[in-house]
Amino acid sequence: MDEAPATGLNIAVLVKHVPDAQFDRHIGGEHNTTQRSESILSELDEYALEAALQLVEGLGGDSAGHRITAVTMGPPAAVSAVKKALQIGAHQGVHLTDDALLGSDASATSLALSALLTHLGGFDLVLTGMASTDGETSLVPAQLAERLQLPQVTFAASLEVAGGPGGWTLTARRDGDTYSETLESSLPAIVSVTDQINEPRYPNFKGIMAAKKKPLDTLALGDIGVSADQVGLAGSWTLVQDAQPRPPRSQGTVITDEGDAGIRLVDFLAGHKLL
Amino acid sequence: MAAVLVFLDNPGATLNKSERELLSLAASLGEVSAALASEAGTPYLDGVGSYGVKACYVPEDPDLGTYLVAGKAAFLAEAVRLLGAQVVLLGNSYEEKEIAARAGVRLAAGVITDVVALDPDGTATKSDFAGSYTVKCRVTTDTAVLTVKPNSFEAAEVGPAAGPRTISVGTALPAAAARITGRVDKPASGRPELTEARVIVAGGRGVEGNFAPLEELADALGGAVGASRAATDAGWIEHSAQIGQTGKTVSPQLYISAGISGAVQQKAGMQTAKVIVAVNKDADSPVFDIADFGIVGDLFTVLPQATEEIRKRRV
Ligand SMILES: Cc1cc2nc3c(=O)[nH]c(=O)nc-3n(C[C@H](O)[C@H](O)[C@H](O)COP(=O)(O)OP(=O)(O)OC[C@H]3O[C@@H](n4cnc5c(N)ncnc54)[C@H](O)[C@@H]3O)c2cc1C
Ligand SMILES: Nc1ncnc2c1ncn2[C@@H]1O[C@H](COP(=O)(O)O)[C@@H](O)[C@H]1O
Repeated sequence: MDEAPATGLNIAVLVKHVPDAQFDRHIGGEHNTTQRSESILSELDEYALEAALQLVEGLGGDSAGHRITAVTMGPPAAVSAVKKALQIGAHQGVHLTDDALLGSDASATSLALSALLTHLGGFDLVLTGMASTDGETSLVPAQLAERLQLPQVTFAASLEVAGGPGGWTLTARRDGDTYSETLESSLPAIVSVTDQINEPRYPNFKGIMAAKKKPLDTLALGDIGVSADQVGLAGSWTLVQDAQPRPPRSQGTVITDEGDAGIRLVDFLAGHKLL
Repeated sequence: MAAVLVFLDNPGATLNKSERELLSLAASLGEVSAALASEAGTPYLDGVGSYGVKACYVPEDPDLGTYLVAGKAAFLAEAVRLLGAQVVLLGNSYEEKEIAARAGVRLAAGVITDVVALDPDGTATKSDFAGSYTVKCRVTTDTAVLTVKPNSFEAAEVGPAAGPRTISVGTALPAAAARITGRVDKPASGRPELTEARVIVAGGRGVEGNFAPLEELADALGGAVGASRAATDAGWIEHSAQIGQTGKTVSPQLYISAGISGAVQQKAGMQTAKVIVAVNKDADSPVFDIADFGIVGDLFTVLPQATEEIRKRRV
């Protein structure tokens, strides 16, 4: 194997605090923003954290000097997403929070997160989930790559990082509908991972205890050189005008098969002109 | 009249259904031009021309596509600038959303994904929270970048074909970009694309590895075969068949769910289907809450009986 670069990998994992999909979720208030009670660390970001942990374990572990920072941007309660990441295994956490961030769309979110990552400095790898489970746009990772002018490796279904004399290099697999691609990139890079990449671990008792002693910084917009009008409702390039809960689908007919259900199904399809 | 630019990511031999939908929508909004991510043949260009498109922008660099997303986004942003486009329309694949995302940053333009309706004043409709909310939103910048869900707009019939002129666009490749270094094609099923299909027959853990009864029913109905994550994780069917939060979002006329319990992540991908039919052994399965027609029964008897009945009625 090639000789690894002298210093460890410095990894940021972006974790978002999102409404739990197991409960009813709501959009509302004066500005049609997501209501964040009953929120959790986005399930899809757990795959990014797990990918970071597995990379570190595969490259000599904590003693090799690798570092994982869990980063979130969101209201005060969003800190719980970072805390959960610390319990699962991240080494330190950063929470960007500011009243002015309320209502940020993808462009404003990517602007704030890119300024935050630049402020923190020195990351070899920024790992994210494939989509936030609330916004579901998958815009943020691509926009971060564009803003930071870093290589983009998104929707990775597998990920390897190897160290050589020239620095770290990355190989990933990305699955399309009709093909599967191999991607290669130098580091630093922005990488989003899918839910196919691994099986995220749960925090254990030891991890929960250890997390209490891990460093967790809270920053505001002023700390990272972003002004209030660049983010939030003022800085966003899109505007939500209205959000209405869709009336739940009304339950239709349910029959129990008595030997002719296949035929009754075809009758139903014929009646709805679906044959 | 607004200048509208349609981005066509993967020009094939001829226009496919979602490309025709995009071009039709564009034609209803203003004067349409197209940006083709790669060279296209005459039948394709004639097809594009038949929607009134007079100019097609094409990248000067034939290797643009080997740089994941970044190269195509730079090209699209340049084409938007050259045209002075006010509205930019793309398809809704992961890749197209990312191209929209990056072009949006380059152009300081707002991006809205998953658009299913568009008012003349620019208000876009999409759904949120796994289809449980209908959201109306608008881009507030001069240029709007929209990715449009398939099956949301009519693909209008159009006039005679006329090949548009092509304009070559030079693009400065990004300094740092990931490269696509290998590509393995997967075998084609011969069935319709899931996101475009009018009918989908989807199977879950209850299928127990045997998708044959679903394939036969799908073929009898001219439909596509989909799956829950439990079925794709088990390796019974391609991952690209997965429907749901981390798979495909589909809105067919008819969705037949068989051996699927109806978890929230599965519903996220299919509950905007026009008509939902569910076949499940367990009467308490949550899938019945959203089914228009539910059958408590064994899929291995119900589906083959339905397939046979359809064939009988056809002759
Ligand atoms: C981050 C994340 C993302 C996810 N993304 C997705 C996604 O995109 N799509 C998705 O589908 N899931 C997704 N899931 C998984 C989801 O939570 C469920 O676990 C999954 O949908 C269950 O699949 P299933 O309904 O096939 O299996 P089960 O829940 O096990 O249900 C099987 C059903 O089959 C019925 N059955 C068994 N035998 C028969 C028979 N002979 N005839 C009729 N019925 C029968 C049973 O009664 C049962 O209801 C995701 C989960 C997570 C955590
Ligand atoms: N507010 C946020 N804080 C931290 N990470 C975020 C935030 N918003 C988005 N991300 C990251 O970007 C990914 C994609 O989000 P999205 O583009 O909103 O679908 C998520 O899985 C997160 O990893």
